[in-house]
Amino acid sequence: MSAIHLHYEVSGDDFTRAGEASGSVKKRLKSLGFDPDAIRRVAIAMYEAEINMVIHAEGGYCDVDIYPDKVEILLADKGPGIPDVDKAMQEGFSTAPDNVRNLGFGAGMGLPNIKKYTDEMRIETTIGVGTNLYLTVNVNNN
Amino acid sequence: MVVKDIIDILEGEIICEGDLTKEIKTACGSDMMSDVLAFVKDQSVLLTGLVNPQVVRTAEMMDMACIVFVRGKDPDQSIINLAEQRDITLLKTKYRMFTACGLLYSNGLSGGTKV
Repeated sequence: MSAIHLHYEVSGDDFTRAGEASGSVKKRLKSLGFDPDAIRRVAIAMYEAEINMVIHAEGGYCDVDIYPDKVEILLADKGPGIPDVDKAMQEGFSTAPDNVRNLGFGAGMGLPNIKKYTDEMRIETTIGVGTNLYLTVNVNNN
Repeated sequence: MVVKDIIDILEGEIICEGDLTKEIKTACGSDMMSDVLAFVKDQSVLLTGLVNPQVVRTAEMMDMACIVFVRGKDPDQSIINLAEQRDITLLKTKYRMFTACGLLYSNGLSGGTKV
């Protein structure tokens, strides 16, 4: 199986649609017969990242590369950037506005959850320019 | 326990019918979707007082077969449509969160984790 490349635009102004890209990737991985646990890890990490993009960065795009043994995801936005990445990685730390909390997010679990479910996670962020989040989930397809 | 048993125990009303014979092994009760996403459990039911489309999307990512809206809350049509497309059963129960969780727990459903 050669690499499959998927691209999604994430709309920043419609919270209700956040998760469409993740759901679509999940469906694709399922049809390719990937291990259910790996599929779930990809879906959850990408979903949290998608939510982050909508909450903090007015959207952006996702590039997904599917290999036989791993899934690589880039989530790129032109948002405000993350001033203190170490702090953002702490469970419970959040800068999300209250209206986001009313929707069930903004508990400061997004980035910690993403780290938990991925094998590699790298953040490139520049204040006022945007953030690139690189994720890798290794797949054991026995 | 299967989805149908949950309907009986919680005297639930079906809002959107998926596979009622699907086996349910664990349950999770929360209004914070990130807390739900923090713990992967197999074949769970989600009990929540939160009513928005992200509840269905969270269940989708977690492979959950059933969502129970507590305290008689009604989801709108956009939420029902999302659940229909994903074959997720939506229920509502008159019970409040604590009682609904307690009823399922005392009927043998666990949280799936030790802590």
